[in-house]
Amino acid sequence: MRVMMKGNEALAEAALRAGCRYYFGYPITPQTELMEYMARRLPEIGGTFLQAESEVAAVNMVYGAAGAGARVMTSSSGPGISLKQEGISFLASAELPCVIVNVMRGGPGLGTIQPSQGDYFQATRGGGHGDYRVPVLAPSSVQETADLVFESFDLAEQYRTPVLLLTDGVLGQMMEPLRLPEVRTPRTSRAPWITDGCKGRQRRIVKTLYLDPRALEAHNLHLQAKYAQLAREEVRSEVYGIDGGMDVLIVAFGICARAARTAVDNLREKGLRAGLFRPVTLWPFPGAALEAAALAARHVLTVELNAGQMVEDVRLALSGREIAFHGRMGGIMITASEIEAEVQRISEGSEAA
Amino acid sequence: MSRAASIRPKTLTAARFHYCPGCGHGVAHRLVAEVIDELGLREKTVGVASVGCSVLIYNYLDLDMQESPHGRAPAVATGIKRVLPDRIVFTYQGDGDLASIGLSEIVHAAARGENITVIFINNANYGMTGGQMAPTTLPGQKTTTSPAGRDVTRAGYPLRMAELLAGLDGPVYIARAALYNPAQVVRAKKCIRKAFLCQERGMGFSLVEILSSCPNNWGMEPTAALRWVETQMTARYPLGVFKDATVPTVRGDTAGSREDSSPEPGK
Repeated sequence: MRVMMKGNEALAEAALRAGCRYYFGYPITPQTELMEYMARRLPEIGGTFLQAESEVAAVNMVYGAAGAGARVMTSSSGPGISLKQEGISFLASAELPCVIVNVMRGGPGLGTIQPSQGDYFQATRGGGHGDYRVPVLAPSSVQETADLVFESFDLAEQYRTPVLLLTDGVLGQMMEPLRLPEVRTPRTSRAPWITDGCKGRQRRIVKTLYLDPRALEAHNLHLQAKYAQLAREEVRSEVYGIDGGMDVLIVAFGICARAARTAVDNLREKGLRAGLFRPVTLWPFPGAALEAAALAARHVLTVELNAGQMVEDVRLALSGREIAFHGRMGGIMITASEIEAEVQRISEGSEAA
Repeated sequence: MSRAASIRPKTLTAARFHYCPGCGHGVAHRLVAEVIDELGLREKTVGVASVGCSVLIYNYLDLDMQESPHGRAPAVATGIKRVLPDRIVFTYQGDGDLASIGLSEIVHAAARGENITVIFINNANYGMTGGQMAPTTLPGQKTTTSPAGRDVTRAGYPLRMAELLAGLDGPVYIARAALYNPAQVVRAKKCIRKAFLCQERGMGFSLVEILSSCPNNWGMEPTAALRWVETQMTARYPLGVFKDATVPTVRGDTAGSREDSSPEPGK
């Protein structure tokens, strides 16, 4: 059955269907509907919703709950995610699974409550202190938002890591029809690292402190091996209109990829061969898939709602190639026609040369 | 020494304490371990270590434990307790951790009436980083960041955490004890025991503030440090029970009793 839902609410409902029974959060626009949905629904199904006194407290409640074996999540937006970074670094080091949602808004600082993709650097570089990475999934529709919640919990538990689900103010606020994922029975996790009282066994410790530098290096190498495995096995991307040679390959993620997709259709009607490459995992970045897709393109254009953040990963993946960039900031959405004009300019510019 | 004092509590591991000579953490750890043993809680308890000298408490207590970021132990404990309401969850925090960076977390955990127990060690300075001024540093007390003595016109006044938290509706038991002589150690243990019992009976938030010595950072001999706790610290931080909503006389009272608030504090 298809239903109409706001992105934020679809995300919350999908999390419940994925077995999430604990939510700790703090209100911030434009993600508040997610929190309100949890406040309404969790008590009805025997779960726990708690409005924390701050984003800092919320993420640490997540830490405690994850260590106690719960399927747990928190959500926030830009400024709130910055406050959670201390906790995310600890979660990464302690190897505790959880899902953290960032419904991005314009920054820096308080910025605006309008959509943005300005948190790409923070999301994909770990964000907090120390050497660590967090898997980052970026949906581009309400349906995909719901679907990727399941993926996020699975990845979190399989790899014992916090997973970041990165959406934005448009995806969170817009309504679309979707098919809600089937209810999944929560896995009653009796994992051998959970601290729930040492009855009949040796005690367990959840910790991040390694005073011996060799022990800390060994811990870091262990974490890095996990990130290498993620980079090998959990890379996701989508292509559109990539058949044969292309004049321009557009690279875009999240809501921006929606506008780019429309632009590809319109450009093709006008006879310009355009294609779209959309990373679904922002980290690990689908560099090899992008390289393959870009082989058949004369030009590559990266489009983002920021000053040029993912474009750095695109340049790394396609080293040596000239990459065009178009971005908007301040919470302004890029339109399909804006992208079309940019593609035409790049394409014509090369023909004139 | 009584016979009991010579027997290592089951909850205490065989690891040697790393604490400085004359530091109160060893005694406080032991008291917590004895209480957990005596109440038979070892296998159903999850402890939360905080940042500070006692961050390594998980090396000494033979329990499931989580280490938490600086000041966040009450939030971590909240997460654990909400998932495992039938377990005993306690935090062990210093004064820099609880009264400064973690003030928000402790106040709100207390205000929620979170059914956890907090052991709060107050030694009037930041021990781990080498004796800096804490929110609990006494007026005139010299520390590495108040080298001329704490000047209240610039640094303000110390926080009395037990009194502050006792003013909230959420907690059921708030007490302050000290470790400067054997009689006080016995009293401190009684307070810790009562705090854990409050939680076991599902009554709500309990906290014991323990005045403890830090001879190394205070630049004192251990015995002089104990005297300083007894004379100087207790003058600023009086010992006693600041809130006890477990006894019937207080329950029947009007102001501050738990019966007043119609919605039951969250469990």
